[in-house]
Amino acid sequence: MSGKTFFVDLSRCTACRGCQIACKQWKQLPAEQTKNTGSHQNPPDMSFVTLKVVRMKEVGSRDDFKWLFLPDQCRHCVEPPCKDAADSIVKDAITQDKATGAVVFTEKTKGLPFDVVRGACPYDIPRQDPATKVMSKCDMCNDRVTAGMLPACVKTCPTGAMNFGERDEMLAMAKKRFEALKQTNPKAVLVDWEQVRVVFLTEHEPRLYHATLMADADSAGPVTRFAALDAVLGLRNQARG
Amino acid sequence: MTNHWIDLKNSDCIFVIGSNPAENHPISFKWIMRAKDAGGKLICVDPRFTKTAGKADFYAPIRSGSDIAFFGGFISYILANDLMFKDYVVNYTNASFIVGDAYDFKDGMFSGYNAEKKAYDKSKWAFAKDEAGIVKKDPSLQNPRCVYQLMKKHYERYTLKAVSDITGCAQDKLEQCYKLYGATGAPEKTGTMLYAMGQTQHTVGVQNIRAMSIIQLLLGNIGVAGGGINALRGEANVQGSTDQGLLFHILPGYVPTPAASMQELKTYNEKNTPVSKDPKSINWWGNRPKYLASYLKAIYPKQKPEDAYKWLPKVEDGKDYSWLTLFDEMYKGAFKGFFAWGQNPAASTANCGKVREAMTKLDWMVTVNIFDTETASFWKGPGMDPKKIKTEVFFLPCCVSIEKEGSISNSGRWMQWRYPGPAPLGGTKPDGDLIYELFEKIKGLYAKDKKAVFPDPIVNLNWDIATNHVFDPHKVAKLINGYFLSEKTIGDKTYKAGDPVPSFALLQDDGSTCSGNWIYAGSYTDKNMAARRDKTQTPMQEKIGLYPGWTWCWPVNRRIIYNRASVDPQGKPYQPTKPVIEWQDGKWVGDVPDGPWPPMADEKGKYAFIMTTEGFAQLYGPGRNDGPFPEHYEPMECPIPEHPFSKVLNNPTALKFTGNREGHASCDPRFPFICSTYRVTEHWQTGVMTRWTPWLLEAEPQMFVEMSPELAALRGIKGGDKCTVESARGSLWAIAIVTERMRPMQVMGQTVHMVGIPWHFGWVYPKDGGDSANLLTASVGDPNTGIPETKAFMVNVKKA
Repeated sequence: MSGKTFFVDLSRCTACRGCQIACKQWKQLPAEQTKNTGSHQNPPDMSFVTLKVVRMKEVGSRDDFKWLFLPDQCRHCVEPPCKDAADSIVKDAITQDKATGAVVFTEKTKGLPFDVVRGACPYDIPRQDPATKVMSKCDMCNDRVTAGMLPACVKTCPTGAMNFGERDEMLAMAKKRFEALKQTNPKAVLVDWEQVRVVFLTEHEPRLYHATLMADADSAGPVTRFAALDAVLGLRNQARG
Repeated sequence: MTNHWIDLKNSDCIFVIGSNPAENHPISFKWIMRAKDAGGKLICVDPRFTKTAGKADFYAPIRSGSDIAFFGGFISYILANDLMFKDYVVNYTNASFIVGDAYDFKDGMFSGYNAEKKAYDKSKWAFAKDEAGIVKKDPSLQNPRCVYQLMKKHYERYTLKAVSDITGCAQDKLEQCYKLYGATGAPEKTGTMLYAMGQTQHTVGVQNIRAMSIIQLLLGNIGVAGGGINALRGEANVQGSTDQGLLFHILPGYVPTPAASMQELKTYNEKNTPVSKDPKSINWWGNRPKYLASYLKAIYPKQKPEDAYKWLPKVEDGKDYSWLTLFDEMYKGAFKGFFAWGQNPAASTANCGKVREAMTKLDWMVTVNIFDTETASFWKGPGMDPKKIKTEVFFLPCCVSIEKEGSISNSGRWMQWRYPGPAPLGGTKPDGDLIYELFEKIKGLYAKDKKAVFPDPIVNLNWDIATNHVFDPHKVAKLINGYFLSEKTIGDKTYKAGDPVPSFALLQDDGSTCSGNWIYAGSYTDKNMAARRDKTQTPMQEKIGLYPGWTWCWPVNRRIIYNRASVDPQGKPYQPTKPVIEWQDGKWVGDVPDGPWPPMADEKGKYAFIMTTEGFAQLYGPGRNDGPFPEHYEPMECPIPEHPFSKVLNNPTALKFTGNREGHASCDPRFPFICSTYRVTEHWQTGVMTRWTPWLLEAEPQMFVEMSPELAALRGIKGGDKCTVESARGSLWAIAIVTERMRPMQVMGQTVHMVGIPWHFGWVYPKDGGDSANLLTASVGDPNTGIPETKAFMVNVKKA
């Protein structure tokens, strides 16, 4: 399988949020009017104008305390369930770039039922503009990538947490790093690497970072097309539970 | 930095204390991660669990303001367990020096204290010298009056128990930490210490850094790759501005400012030129007269240095002109006018409520910035009645850094040339043009006015810094480098007038050379060295990522200073896998060595630390105002009435002020919690640039106060609640962040809570962002630098 892939090594992420800001800058997306809600995570969640958010989670206490960071974004599934769900409703509302594998939401997404599209996503990524009903998410900076540049978030990452390139090279890098990390972190996971083009390597159990960092094994996910169809057909609520 | 950013990757152990590089120096983590990839360890010691702590192999919390106790325990541990790199310590540090009889230390006080002046007579701390005037030494380190033995005795009091009691850090944690980093004392290992304002902004700030230096020297970690004592600078060009003489006590290139008692250049040179009688000591500052003469010729090219010297402003002997003192004088009405150039003191200065009031005493203020600030608009700020304020404020908008050409010098001392990006918006000008035009006008007024007072220094000042009336950074850079003013033959080479000075070694004291800043001599010679972007390295340089062709580094493109200490007395690197320099076939290879002389064991060899008078690094430092050894004193505001090391609670020489704006509250039940200020990645300094950048404000929109779940429970506060934080000087609101990253500590048998606040916010913008943390901080400072103690002071927190 060819195309592009991100490898995100969470053991190197310092939550500097350079990626979050770079995403907004490249896309020229407006800032949200935020408040401090008792957390540094801001905006509190992804939105139509916030395609990438660095999630921060505090786990445990005192000597086994961990502060976990997750630069959350669309995983660009190899076989995207959102597209499967959309294709039968509005053709080409969600496209997939043949060369890069980027999954792209078009203006036509305004004709799709939002709950179906969001529900189809095992990672809870799609968001909708309440005014226009157009849906949005990360598009892999496909404009940059097609022009030979790195996605804005990868370009700005100072620590080597965000990596991007040809899929086989990224998977090789990911597996090598995973093998090394397992020596010190036996619960490290290379999350859903066969199914997605944004491969996260965790230091700890994925659920500790965020409920939808990893697709639920027994729910809607990119695992099979059947599972994706199940989601469209109504199992999504349990999946999100 | 003694080293540089890339060099962090060479470290076996990175010790972060008083800084939070993951948050505040994000790029540093590129190199820290590479050190970890190669098996290096990362230690983080900080009162709160920071983003850096989150990536650390080992984290230990200590109470803010207890660093010297922590380090003192560390020094004691190194000496007791013999972890030091003995050859290095004997060869390169003053451990073997015999201290004179007048030095003494009793119950928290060094000898020579004058209670009336609140100052020490430092002559009491001098070394013992032989008949030839050379310091007496005992390389066996057995003499009870040698530095090593005095140091051992001094720090014996810092037992694990006492240090644990005062820092709040468990004894086993302390021991693990000391052991882990102490392992870098092995000759082939190196460790680096990274610090920032968490170390400096204390009334013992300088001694905090001294304590770290002592540890680094004992472990043989100075001058080596992956080692050093590394200040992570808080602004892109703060290193450069310090180099260029921003502070009151120095001229460019760390040449002391003349004092009123030194009316003649000859007197100045006598008092400021150290002399060594030891032929093996280079005593580089013995060249100081050449650097001052060349500086004087840079600013007054037509005058003889001795005449130009008379025009230099002189400071009153012993008088402090540092930041807090300036604003104290302003508060007392001493100034008519004030230029706030690229700064925001109404938010950035400790006890800034006092500063805001001080500004009402001015007749005029000029402020130069890219956005409105709390300083520019102080007259309409909270509690101000514009009708009653006489100060006339002028706002000069300037262009931003990326719109102009020039250089910045980063933490690693690299002078990096930058080309202009987009054209300045809205007709704004670079600061260089603003100051050029301003002084042209002043010069003209003085030249015209027959009654002008003392016009010579002004009308004669070299103002050839523009081309066609536009500020020319190349002209300034060439002047800073320096050039010959008349024909001069040095050795077998003759230089013509106008030839650039190739290096500071060629600067003269006879007026034949000029150089605006001797340490930058060599930066702009036949070409602009700072503009270089050459990645070529020799295989030896490649081992440590030296990149000597990338930009230019002061001094003389030396990337790791004190590098003569990275080799043994025969010139062989102590760390063969990461050599900095090596003596091969009668010459040095690798980095630019600290001087061309052969290795120390050679008969023509010289001592390694060429910038000290005696040639040795100073474990014992008799030049500081508060003692030759760091000693623990509590912050001026502290939660405990006594500590285990002496009966002297606070630094007896700290900079203090009196008056009705100087509230103070130690062990005061009204202000029971320790508070510290810090930064977040998204904002910079007082937030003047970043608060107006919507994407950054979106990520960190409001003033917050971080506290432990225990303290939140005590005060009935929940995360997201609006709280009031108040000190003896002021009050502000902040949103509570309740987090396990903060924890109560057991200090001297009592539970001590700590809170933390960022200092990025201000009332001007955004409207619901909150105000400056410095409304709460105290105007008390370090006795050497005057830096304010904003990292440890006492507050109360309650639900608003």
